[in-house]
Formats: sequence, structure tokens, C-alpha cells
Amino acid sequence: MTDASAVAAQRLTADELARNFADIHPPLDRKRALIEASRCYFCYDAPCAQACPTGIDIPGFIRKIATDNVKGAAVTILDENIMGGACARVCPVEILCESACVRQTQEAKPIQIGALQRYATDWLFDRKVHPFTRAAPSGKRVAVVGAGPAGLSCAHRLAMRGHDVVVFEAKPKAGGLNEYGIAAYKMPDDFAQAEVAFILSIGGIRIESGKALGRDLSLAELRRNFDAVFLGMGLAGVNTLALEGEDMAGVMDAVAYIERLRQAPDKGALEIGRRVVVIGGGNTAIDVAVQAKRLGAEDVTVVYRRGPEQMTATRYEQELAQTNGAAIKYWARPVRLVGHRGRLKEVEFEYTQLDEQGRLMSTGDRFVLLADMLFKAIGQSFVAAPIGKDSAEPLELAEGRIKVNADRQTSLPDVWAGGDCVPGDDLTVSAVQDGKVAAEAIDRALRAA
Amino acid sequence: MADLRTTFAGIKSPNPFWLASAPPTDKAYNVVRAFKAGWGGVVWKTLGEDGPPVVNTASRYGTLDISGVRMAGFNNIELITDRPLQVNLDEIKQVKRDWPDRALVVSLMVPCVEESWKRILKRVEETNADGVELNFGCPHGMSERGMGAAVGQVPEYVEMVTRWCKQNTRMPVLVKLTPNVTNILGSARAAKRGGADGVSLINTINSIIGVDLDLMAPYPVVGGKGTHGGYCGPAVKPIALHMISEIGRDPECAGMPISGIGGIATWRDAAEFHALGAGTVQVCTAAMHYGFKIIDDMVDGLGNWLDAKGHARLDAIVGRALPNVTDWQHLNLNYKIVARIDQEACIKCGLCHIACEDTSHQAITASKKDGDRHFEVIDKECVGCNLCMHACPVTGCISMVEVATGKEPLTWLEHPNNPMRQAAE
Repeated sequence: MTDASAVAAQRLTADELARNFADIHPPLDRKRALIEASRCYFCYDAPCAQACPTGIDIPGFIRKIATDNVKGAAVTILDENIMGGACARVCPVEILCESACVRQTQEAKPIQIGALQRYATDWLFDRKVHPFTRAAPSGKRVAVVGAGPAGLSCAHRLAMRGHDVVVFEAKPKAGGLNEYGIAAYKMPDDFAQAEVAFILSIGGIRIESGKALGRDLSLAELRRNFDAVFLGMGLAGVNTLALEGEDMAGVMDAVAYIERLRQAPDKGALEIGRRVVVIGGGNTAIDVAVQAKRLGAEDVTVVYRRGPEQMTATRYEQELAQTNGAAIKYWARPVRLVGHRGRLKEVEFEYTQLDEQGRLMSTGDRFVLLADMLFKAIGQSFVAAPIGKDSAEPLELAEGRIKVNADRQTSLPDVWAGGDCVPGDDLTVSAVQDGKVAAEAIDRALRAA
Repeated sequence: MADLRTTFAGIKSPNPFWLASAPPTDKAYNVVRAFKAGWGGVVWKTLGEDGPPVVNTASRYGTLDISGVRMAGFNNIELITDRPLQVNLDEIKQVKRDWPDRALVVSLMVPCVEESWKRILKRVEETNADGVELNFGCPHGMSERGMGAAVGQVPEYVEMVTRWCKQNTRMPVLVKLTPNVTNILGSARAAKRGGADGVSLINTINSIIGVDLDLMAPYPVVGGKGTHGGYCGPAVKPIALHMISEIGRDPECAGMPISGIGGIATWRDAAEFHALGAGTVQVCTAAMHYGFKIIDDMVDGLGNWLDAKGHARLDAIVGRALPNVTDWQHLNLNYKIVARIDQEACIKCGLCHIACEDTSHQAITASKKDGDRHFEVIDKECVGCNLCMHACPVTGCISMVEVATGKEPLTWLEHPNNPMRQAAE
């Protein structure tokens, strides 16, 4: 095998690729949905609903599914979470609602809440019904920065409350990570754009794409031109390994690669290595590892510096990587990238362990993995420059992100923020909740003004 | 294993499980399959007068499905056999010849004229069947023609027809009773007076099983319209148990054999019927749902249970619960129990709390304990009603425990709140 074939496109046939990137969890049909819904005990003050960051009345919507009131079920979901369709596909239910399900306690087999939520929301989307209406026009205008889950959730709720919203989005398409970041098999069939269209169909929301804060817009300008501002930017920065040779061919940023994969009409056009190494322990690491396998990589190894419990990827995600044929090596970190003629050839690792104080340290032992390609999936970071201390109207930060109160209000009284740019877990469902909470707070503030 | 053989009104069968008069017993093919599967007997689907047979509709059945459980209740609008009388009689004769150890009872329904009964009884006798069951219960289709429930609802008719039959045949006569009456004792006593060798009950309950909301017609829908039908299946068991116990407790009916019918699907159901006085049981819906193979567990389960309880024969438990069936006024009002939640078994669903809080006595608190949901009974508020135990989805998690009150038993008859109390002597 020559160097040239170590990284190649079109490793699999179109049919294989179509299968590999199809829906990982095919939807429940009506029969299965009814059986599943009938398992729900309709708990009092249900633990599942308490575990949902958006507080969806889960027993309520499941009961509606059971009675074939599917529209009612969908509205119950979307009323709390306008991206209930996306969350049904991407939520880590195994650590949220389904982990709290009393059936989990009883028989280690929770109600498939995510799948039922998808059944209900798909039903509504298939019928192209928008169940919400706008309140009388308030005459107020709100700027939203970022058309990801936080921004779109905020925009929709504001539109419902009668305000007009302009959403500024840096990328060509709206949807944020749903469009650019989520693994392709979790959101096939252009669902992200269908959901964006659904959200916009309430009216009163205009999206201006290709407009980035700090490049094309300033916070000061938005505050001047709008009655309120919501910041829903994601994490624009990616962390680096800080190793020599990171710029050589074959060393890739996982986020950028997944974005290309998501946008590629022909997945086979993406080049992938025969031997792939992924560095990191989050969902991005798992997503890129699984997708690398599904593009036809022979050997994929995820290397994480700590153990399975510390991994932010859930147990389910770790097992997903493993059942897809990727290996996960725990307790090791890269120390050297070895190339040949500008191309990555191998990666040297050292084994790690915790010292008595619980700090990560090397064991002194090392090993080498042959690698045509290495994906860095070691976290993303918030780029604070456009709103940080060097900007004209700086916002206070906390944990390197925008500091907000319970209403998601920033240190500036007319600026709210939510999603990945504020502290907290980086989940779609939390971003939607941030946007919703902020929208209600903005509405109260605008009506009081 | 315990001896399950029964002799019921003189009719012998290897076990107490008979198939009730219904579609599963309409022809030799089905009955032979049932006997091969192990059923102790059958009541052949109701025969009518000679002449053009009745005509049945499509469809014929409707169901009550509950939370994914199919056929919890079942209803039908099928009439008596729609095959010629002689065909049925020939098959009955052949089956009885081939399966002499099984009970073969023939269900009959003819117009309310002595000559009609006399005529058909003679022809049934020629088959060597073990007995006849008079169908006075069918609530639909036939009662409009003065047969079935139209007779069964009038005690005088029941007595009269029973007497005709007894006078015109040597075969044991069972009378199948309709539950579509306010007091089952009226027809049960009439059967006894007429000389019946036994009664079978309950027949189906008059019902509309549901409404098709698109067609705006009751189920089962026949060409856009529907009609009332006979209701049966697991959901009717409590009604049947009550009626059987009423007959079992009635001094006038004392000693009259009862064949229990109504929602029997398992050996456990059967054991309950036997405990309230049934000598045999008849099954239909469960067989129509799952096929004849269910007999395996019914026979095996009943035998194992009798063994475990130390009974050598089924007879030992027949009627055993009857002495404990009483009237409300004889219950001990000083008997006190309270609910206990097994916190280890509790899955924290909160159904006990909300049931008690919303609809009963506010005797179960919802709180947090060490960060977990926690549900606790307030003993002094608990009236011992059992609602929480029934709402709890975890079997055995909530139990009712007796609380010693130190008080003597006290019934309503002696209770100070009873204005008509009988003063203690």
C-alpha cells in the first residue's frame, strides 16, 4: 500500500454510504408508538419531566400519543421546546429523561421517550402544521445573534409574543450545530432545515445570514438599532494539541471535518484515512470516529486521557463507537506526531494515571499508533473578542463565557444570552431552554418599558 | 397431582374445563381439536329448530382493548348455529362415540312451545350426548323472536320450559342463565323449581362495546350500522363471580350444581369460580383469543395449586369461600389496616400520592429525602381503603397491615351510629 492510498475518498460504494448515513434510529410507527406509550405509568410530578432541561410534560404527551391525540402530543412538546424534533434525535436521553424514568428503576428498560417525542413531532411536521400563533404586534424589534438552537428558540418565542425579530447568522445556513455539527446519521434527510422552516413559519422572524458579530456587526450597533439583543453564538474556537507538526497533512480538526461531511451532497467525496486516530473524550470525538468508520476507514482508535467515567460522551455514545468498530483507548495522551514528507505517519502516546492528589500524570510508558489521519476533538472554546473586555461595550464573563442571571440576562440590561456561549452544559436542549427563558424575560422587559 | 375429575349433574369429565356454547364448539372439527388439546368437555353451540338455519352477519365481534391489552372485553352479535340441525346432530353423535370420556352437552334454543322442546330433545337423545343446556341467555338476535334472554328474564318461563324439558328427556338439563336481570336469584330459583339438574352462568351481558367515531356507528359495524351484542371476556368476571356466589349462598338453590362462566382465562380464574361454588367452568373468549392450547396451563396450574394447598381432589375447594361471602352489615367496623410502602421496592412514580391526594384522604406525603423523591403514609390519616396499593405499579410494594385497635369486633347492626341498631341483649 502506497502513501497515496493511505488517505482516500470513495472507499465505499454509494449504496454502502447511503446505508451508513441513514437514520441511526428509524422512527417508531404507530403500532410501536402505541405499545411504547402504553408502558408509561403517568407518574405524578414525573421524574422524567423534572430531568428535561426544557421541562416538557412528558407523561402528558405520552398519554396523548396513547389516545391517538398525536397533534396534542406534538403541541405539548413544542410548547416547551420548539426544537422538540431535533432534541428527539440528538438529546442524550440516557442521562436525561430516560435515566429518570421509573421503568428504568423498575426493570432497567425506560420508556423510549426520545423515540415517542420524535413520533409526535414528525407527525406534525409531516402535515406542515404550525400550531402556534403570534400575539398582537408589540412594535418592538429584537436582534438575535446566531441561528442555532438558542437563537431560534428565542426568536420563535419572541415572535409568539408579538415582537419582530432579526436573526444574524455568520454561516450561510441557519440551524447551528443541527445543520453543521451533529453526526449525519443522527439527523438525516435535511431535518435541520425542515425544522428551521417550521420555526420561521410562525412569521415575524427574518434571518440575515453571512453576518458575524465582530466582523460584520457590533454589539453597540445592535443595541442602538434594536429594543433588545439576544446573543446565541456558539463556540467558534477549537482547542489544539500544542504539539509540533499539528499543521502537517492528515492532522484535522474534527469539528471542521464533520461540518464538511454534513454539507457534502456526496459523502464519498470526503477523504478518509485507512488508520484513523481520534483524540478526545466528548461527543465530537465519538461522532467523528463513528463517521470515519462509516466512510470506510479500516482502523479507528479514540484515545482519551482519562477513563470511561470521566468521558463527557455518555456510555451509550461510547458503546456506539465500539459497536461501529472503533476502539477506545482510555488513559493515554498524545506526545508526538511523526510525519514523513509532510504527511502524518504515526502518533506517539504516553499512558496516563491520576496521582494521589487526583491530578493527571504520565506513567512514563509510551506506545505508538500508526495513523494516516488524526482528528482533534479536544473541545471547543468561546471566542470572547467581539463582546469581551477589549470591545467597545464589554460583557462580564464567567468561566470564559458570557455571564448571565437566571433570566439569561447579561451584565448589560438590554442584552440577554444563551446556548453554548454561556456557562453550563453544551446541550441542544439546554440551548433551547436558554432561548425560551430569555425570550420570556425580554418580553416582560419590553412590556414594562 | 390432585384429582381434577368432575361429576357435574351426573355428567363426568376428566377435568372441570369445558368450552362454552359458542363459535369454538360449532362443529366437529373444532371440538375434536379441543379434545385433542385436553379440554374436559364442551357445550355444543346452540342448536335451533329444524328448517332453514339462521343467517349470521359480517362482522360479528367487537373488543374492549385497554392500554395495549387486547380483548379485555369482547362482544358478539353472532346467533345460534347457522348449520343445518341434522349436520350438527350427526357430528355430535360421532364425536361422542370417538371421545366417550369427555363431557358433551348440547345447547338448545327453540320457540317457547312444549312441542318444539319435546321434538328437539328426542333428536338430541339419539346422539348419546351427556346432557342439554337450555339457552335462555342470549341477549341479541334471538330474544327478538321470543327466545334466549326473552325467556331467561321471566322466571315463570324459565320454570315452565325447564319443567317441559325434564318431563321430556332422561338427559340432565342445565339451564343457562342470563345476567341481564336485576336479581339472578329469580331465574335461578325458577330453574330449581322447574327441576333443573344445574345452572350455567353467566351468559353474555347486553352491551354496546364501542362506537366507530368515523362511521358514527356502534361496533361491530355491519354495513354502516350496528346493534347491541353479548359482552364477555376477562372484564365480566367480577359480575359472574357475584352472581354465582348469590346462587351459592341462597338456601332455596342449595345443592344445585353451578357451571361457572364469565371471563375465565386461567386456572386462577377457575379456582375463584370453584371457591364460590362452581363445580365446572366454561371458557370461550380466552380460547378465541389464544387457541385451545391454553388448556395446558389451566389443568396443570390448577392441579399444582391444589397440591400446594394439600387438596387431593378439586371437590375439596368447591364452595370453600362461600362462608366468607356475607352482607356488608356483617363486616367488622373495628377492623383497621393502614398502607405500608416498601421503600426499597418503591420506584418513586408518585401514583400512590396523587391518587390519595386528589381523590381520597391526603394520607400519603410527597417529599424529598436525601435528594430523592420520597412517599410516606401518614398513619393517622390512612383509612385503609387500599386505593394506593391498587394504583401502585409495583406488585407487593404497598401492603396493608393490620393495626391492633384493642376493640371488640363491631358490625353496623350493633353500631351506635345505626339508628336501627339491634340493642345488645
